[in-house]
Amino acid sequence: MSGPGTYQARTDALASSEKVHAMTLGQRFWSWRYIVLRRICQVGILLLFFGTAHWAWELPAKTPLLSGNLSASEFMGLIPLADPLAVLQIFLTGHVLQTETLLGAAIVFVLYLLVGGRVFCAWVCPVNMVTDLAGWLRAKLDIRAQFHVNRNVRYFILAAALVLSAITGVAAFEWVSPVGMMHREIVFGLGVGFLALVSIFLFDLLILKNGWCGHLCPLGAFWGLVGKASLVKVRFDKTTCTHCGECAKVCPEPQVLNLKKLEERGVVWSGECSNCGRCTALCPEGSLAFDLRPLIRQHNARSEHSGASS
Amino acid sequence: MINLCLMVRTMSEKSVTRRDFLVKAAQGTAMAATGGLLWVYLLKQEARAHPYALRPPGALDEKDFNAACIKCGQCVNACPFDTLKLAGSGADLPIGMPFFIPREIPCYLCPDIPCMKACPTGALSPELKHINDSRMGLAVIDLENCLSWKGLRCEICHRECPLKGKAITLETHPRQISKHAMFYPIVNSDACTGCGICEKACPTTEAAIRILPHKLVQGKIGDHYRLGWTFDTEITQDFKPSDAPPPTPSIDAVPKGKAPGQDYLNEGEL
Amino acid sequence: MGLTRRDFLKTSIAASTAATVGMPLAKEAEAQVKASEKGWQWDKSVCRFCGTGCGIMVATKGGKIVATKGDPDAPVNRGLNCVKGYFNGKILYGADRLTQPLLRMSNGKFDKKGKFTPVSWEQALDIMEDKMRWALKERGPHGIGIFGSGQYTIHEGYAAVKFMKAGFRSNNIDPNARHCMASAVVAFMQTFGIDEPQGNYDDIEHTDTAVLWGANMAEMHPILWSRITDRRLTHKPMKVVNLSVYGNMSSDIADLEIIFSPSGDLAIQNYIAREIVNRNAVDWDFVKKHTVFATGPYDIGYGFRPKNAEKFHTAAEMEIVKNEKVRVLDKWEAIGQRRKEGEAVEQKNAATPMKDWAISFEDFKAALEPYTLDYTAQVAKGDPDESLAAFKAKLQQLADMYCDKSRKIVSYWTMGFNQHQRGSWVNEQCYMNHLLTGRQCKPGDGAFSLTGQPSACGTAREVGTFAHRLPADMVVMNPKHREYSEKLWKLPAKTLNPQMGSHFVKQMRDLEDGTMLFSWTHVNNPWQNTANVNHWIKAAREMNNFIVVSDCYPGVSAKVADLILPAAMINEKWGAYGNAERRTQVWRQQVMPPGQARPDIWMMMELSKRFKLKDVWGEQTIPGLKAAGFEDGKLPSVLDEAAKMGYNPEMSLYEVLYATPDNKKYRWPDPVAKGHPNITADLLKDGWFPEKALFEEYRQFGSGKAHDLAPFDVYHHDKVRGLRWPVVQKGGKWVETQWRNNEQYDPYVKKGAGFDFYGNNGKSLMMGDLDKPGTDKVDISGKAKIYFRPYASPVEQPDKNYDLWLCTGRVLEHWHSGTMTRRVPELHRAVPSAVCWIHPKDAEAKGLKRNDLVWVESRRGKVKVRLETGGRNRMPRGMIYVPWFDEGVLINKVTLDTTCPLSKETDYKKCAVKIYKA
Repeated sequence: MSGPGTYQARTDALASSEKVHAMTLGQRFWSWRYIVLRRICQVGILLLFFGTAHWAWELPAKTPLLSGNLSASEFMGLIPLADPLAVLQIFLTGHVLQTETLLGAAIVFVLYLLVGGRVFCAWVCPVNMVTDLAGWLRAKLDIRAQFHVNRNVRYFILAAALVLSAITGVAAFEWVSPVGMMHREIVFGLGVGFLALVSIFLFDLLILKNGWCGHLCPLGAFWGLVGKASLVKVRFDKTTCTHCGECAKVCPEPQVLNLKKLEERGVVWSGECSNCGRCTALCPEGSLAFDLRPLIRQHNARSEHSGASS
Repeated sequence: MINLCLMVRTMSEKSVTRRDFLVKAAQGTAMAATGGLLWVYLLKQEARAHPYALRPPGALDEKDFNAACIKCGQCVNACPFDTLKLAGSGADLPIGMPFFIPREIPCYLCPDIPCMKACPTGALSPELKHINDSRMGLAVIDLENCLSWKGLRCEICHRECPLKGKAITLETHPRQISKHAMFYPIVNSDACTGCGICEKACPTTEAAIRILPHKLVQGKIGDHYRLGWTFDTEITQDFKPSDAPPPTPSIDAVPKGKAPGQDYLNEGEL
Repeated sequence: MGLTRRDFLKTSIAASTAATVGMPLAKEAEAQVKASEKGWQWDKSVCRFCGTGCGIMVATKGGKIVATKGDPDAPVNRGLNCVKGYFNGKILYGADRLTQPLLRMSNGKFDKKGKFTPVSWEQALDIMEDKMRWALKERGPHGIGIFGSGQYTIHEGYAAVKFMKAGFRSNNIDPNARHCMASAVVAFMQTFGIDEPQGNYDDIEHTDTAVLWGANMAEMHPILWSRITDRRLTHKPMKVVNLSVYGNMSSDIADLEIIFSPSGDLAIQNYIAREIVNRNAVDWDFVKKHTVFATGPYDIGYGFRPKNAEKFHTAAEMEIVKNEKVRVLDKWEAIGQRRKEGEAVEQKNAATPMKDWAISFEDFKAALEPYTLDYTAQVAKGDPDESLAAFKAKLQQLADMYCDKSRKIVSYWTMGFNQHQRGSWVNEQCYMNHLLTGRQCKPGDGAFSLTGQPSACGTAREVGTFAHRLPADMVVMNPKHREYSEKLWKLPAKTLNPQMGSHFVKQMRDLEDGTMLFSWTHVNNPWQNTANVNHWIKAAREMNNFIVVSDCYPGVSAKVADLILPAAMINEKWGAYGNAERRTQVWRQQVMPPGQARPDIWMMMELSKRFKLKDVWGEQTIPGLKAAGFEDGKLPSVLDEAAKMGYNPEMSLYEVLYATPDNKKYRWPDPVAKGHPNITADLLKDGWFPEKALFEEYRQFGSGKAHDLAPFDVYHHDKVRGLRWPVVQKGGKWVETQWRNNEQYDPYVKKGAGFDFYGNNGKSLMMGDLDKPGTDKVDISGKAKIYFRPYASPVEQPDKNYDLWLCTGRVLEHWHSGTMTRRVPELHRAVPSAVCWIHPKDAEAKGLKRNDLVWVESRRGKVKVRLETGGRNRMPRGMIYVPWFDEGVLINKVTLDTTCPLSKETDYKKCAVKIYKA
């Protein structure tokens, strides 16, 4: 057994870190696999929307493949999809929605409930590409933080969006959402929405690390709340973890890797984790990995058992 | 854009005095209030642009439409004539909502209303069963610059109107200064869909017929009056007096407050 | 009261404008307008478009037309215009205006399959000369042909006729007016012996009834329609009747709308005549004094290709074309023609449809007998959703009007009558009813043939740019007419070719047959405007021939051509048009044509410089020529005779036809120009004034023959806004004629005659019965003929496979093939493409809806077009309407090339088609 603070533990941690830094080129590429997959997923979804809008992609024949955008859409002329937060806001304005939209919102809601709420943020949301770029550049340029902002601000903003929707009679966040704006303007053209993206980029780059996605975005907050209950989670194996801390360095929401809580639960429990997969791909000891919640419990029980017996 | 990163705390602060706490709470509240007001202002500002926007067929009233539209653009995708566009940010229309500019591409009134069918939220109301019942706006003629109102035989708006003879009719009047008649196009709001085909077709340099939202242009005759020639009105036989009991003021009751006219009667010089 | 009428107009217009605006005209605003108009020069001109002939004023500045307006002094339109007229100033300035001759070339040489390449005028004329010489050598004078136009200026038309008939001794010149009013011409010539309406537009302000027979005047004659509407609004007894095969804009103010079946008009006219006779509404005094009853053969075919039909037509086409030889009568025409249903009638008179003879009133009455109300209603009811009883009631109302002796009636028609398999007949039937009731040549009473084109009357008809005509109603077949013309043109005797040339459709067929090798198109678009055009496009592109098209914008015909010549447009040259009421109107050149564009007249003159008398006046072969005094199949050499007259075989046609010593007396510059340019005179550089000289020469043809025109300068006088011929000199003044053949108005009518149809002076008919002429001659001097013409069913009718009628026509916004109006962005935006009007129930039954793209297909071809179930035209079930202005919807690929056998005018109004989703 090696507890934190022991010499053994420190050397283990250092060894782990070294492993990370001594990765061969191939290994390094392999460690980017989730990033690549996420970009493919983000761009692919955009492309499906764009192709349907501009090149009349059809499947089955005569049926638009994926019409609409992230706010609401229809897949293969059959499956309605809708953004549950947008629907919730519209619901609060007092407008009675059609069942189609409600069904669409439910489908999307259940989907993210299964794969992880903030999977939207890491795998679908187009703004993520901008903020990731800002984050990467910020690390490269070594821009240090000057102050901290409470990451819970986003929940206040989410609450405000809902309250203001009820008060103003329009979907408060939808009307100003840079996420919707960016996606819409890529799919349908027009507008100066890119200016909002530029400001998010600069904000993330120069002012606050992970500022938009990690602190302000109410949509992310919404999915964070949903994500608590999600099926797919990152499992944590405390028996192999050397506490090298490499995971926290790459994590955009490092508070979810609070060691104490991880050891307690054996899983990245917080909904704020976006299942981006950076940590799992990087962890030199394989202590972090995607898994399904019921299986995690079994796994942890098993490894604890084997750890205890060793 | 949303500059709410004000709930800041400095890194080293640990001990919180009571006063500090109060100050922080006040700051937080103030910031929340300022931010909220800013946000509301932004929303109102956005919504204010709407009077000039022409919405797709079946669009709910502006307020409901603003609430219901989820900005998904499925109507835009469904429009076979590329009539509909989504408002870009920075334009003078609410961001992301569908609209059309008739002088560029009017609505061609598809009988199957594909845009409305594509709408997932009901912002384009499925209550619209027939495209000719849509009311996207109202055609308005600039009498001063309309060729037909000058006596030229233009009337393109009338001929091109998909509801010719209903939405736009011609009135003929003698020109009086020569043996020619004038053919005045008249828009009838009870049939005009606001499709804008007339605006597109108008041959003047700037269209002399335009589609505008009803609210901007349509007047209303008082409910208390009916035009004498529009209904056959006959004298009612077997007149039945009102069911309501006639007012029987009690002699004893002392009126409360001021009686009507009291002030006028009491004040001022004769 | 010092106010002139014009001042009054001006002030009241200004005042009424100010009243609408609701403010007094500010001095500054006025000054601003004045300032913006600084340097504008105004001159009078004529609208480029329809046959109405509205006067316009044109403002130029800096060599460009900057504005136009309706001419307030023009009696036709009094300052108004329709929306096409509104854009007169813009048609010159389309982005793709042709400004260079273009020749199909490969490797620097002409190649029929090559690409259009800019060439110089010199090169263009060289190849034209070459190809013309080749065609003349191979096929003789009838191996060349010109597609002329009802939109020629009078001078151009005259130059073209002289070019072909006197120069090349070819009668192969025929105008697009053949497609337009040839049927009207035949009826005028047969009935009255002289062409063009007796009445005029002033009839509108005198009449009580306007009956429209296949004339959608609301769209096609917009300014006249505003006069009819004004009459309807201000004159209580005024009634408007609209007879049409579909509901159109003219029904909007009509008191009576009669939707009849295609060709049903033939039966309706006879029904009216029968009612007139049976109700004793005949004006016997008029009929006895001024008319004679007549008829002609019924078995006249359908104007299909008489030769090589099997060779060129597909089997599907032959199903219809075979009727040219034998027609199996259907029930209705059997009754109407007093024969048996199912009888196979050999079309023996297909080559001689013009034959006619006199009949007695009793025979006439007997012939009308089958046209009862029951019969007519069943034949002619056009709307399947209308009840027979309702239709009968309408017919009776119409008959009541004609039988009401106190009612004045004007009948108007255009293409509904003229583009008709029996177009000449139905025109004559219209005169029948007007003559029976004595309603002709009187103010407010008359059958009035409206024309489509701006100079269908002035040029095509009066100048005679037809395959059979010479100026002033003369014809090439008549030796006296040839002699008269040869004298005026100073030609040796027998220069003119007595063999009628090829009419418009026949020229197309000649190209297909290969008997014509050189074709030149002037001021029209034959490969868009001719029916069954797939044949003609193929003939032009795939046969060994040479097609020249002069045009101002690239259209279908230009695309088909081998050589394209850029033509000057209306105000880029001097010109004159004659409108439907015989009004000759003129204009001066206002601006220069762009680039290398040149007036048509210059093109002809330049080409004529390249041919010498010895090239064309020697002996010539004319296949099929048979005429008294001529060897069969040959034109004699007239060179010897020419030498006697002082001509030299080396002289060019230019010197003999155009720049003659007489013509060169008219010098350029001329004070009448008031400083305006003349590009033709400038380019010819020999100091004469071609337009004036040609007009003065042309004028001699009609003088003293009831076709008199005033001198050139009179028309150009500032106060003159056109004059209606005959224009005769009275007391030193040139006076126009309002109503012809009427003693009160027409100087040619003998005093005391009342009415005099002098066109038939010296003519006679054989007296016969209804079936054949007899042997007794009847003199018909001074008389008009009242023809009996029977009902005949359309040759192609909808069946199971092709289940719909197709009718084609125009829309107000576009002129003809859209070559000019589609270049005006505003008009193009207003009506960008043709649509197919259909009854909503027909569309529904076929699973189609508004805006669907459909194929319209006939036995001959198909086009793609968008469906329209609403809008300006209300189709009855079973009929669709597609306008022809849009080359993207080349509807003439679908139409049938059947013509009226008498007039050779194509029937564009009825053929069978099917539609299905594209």
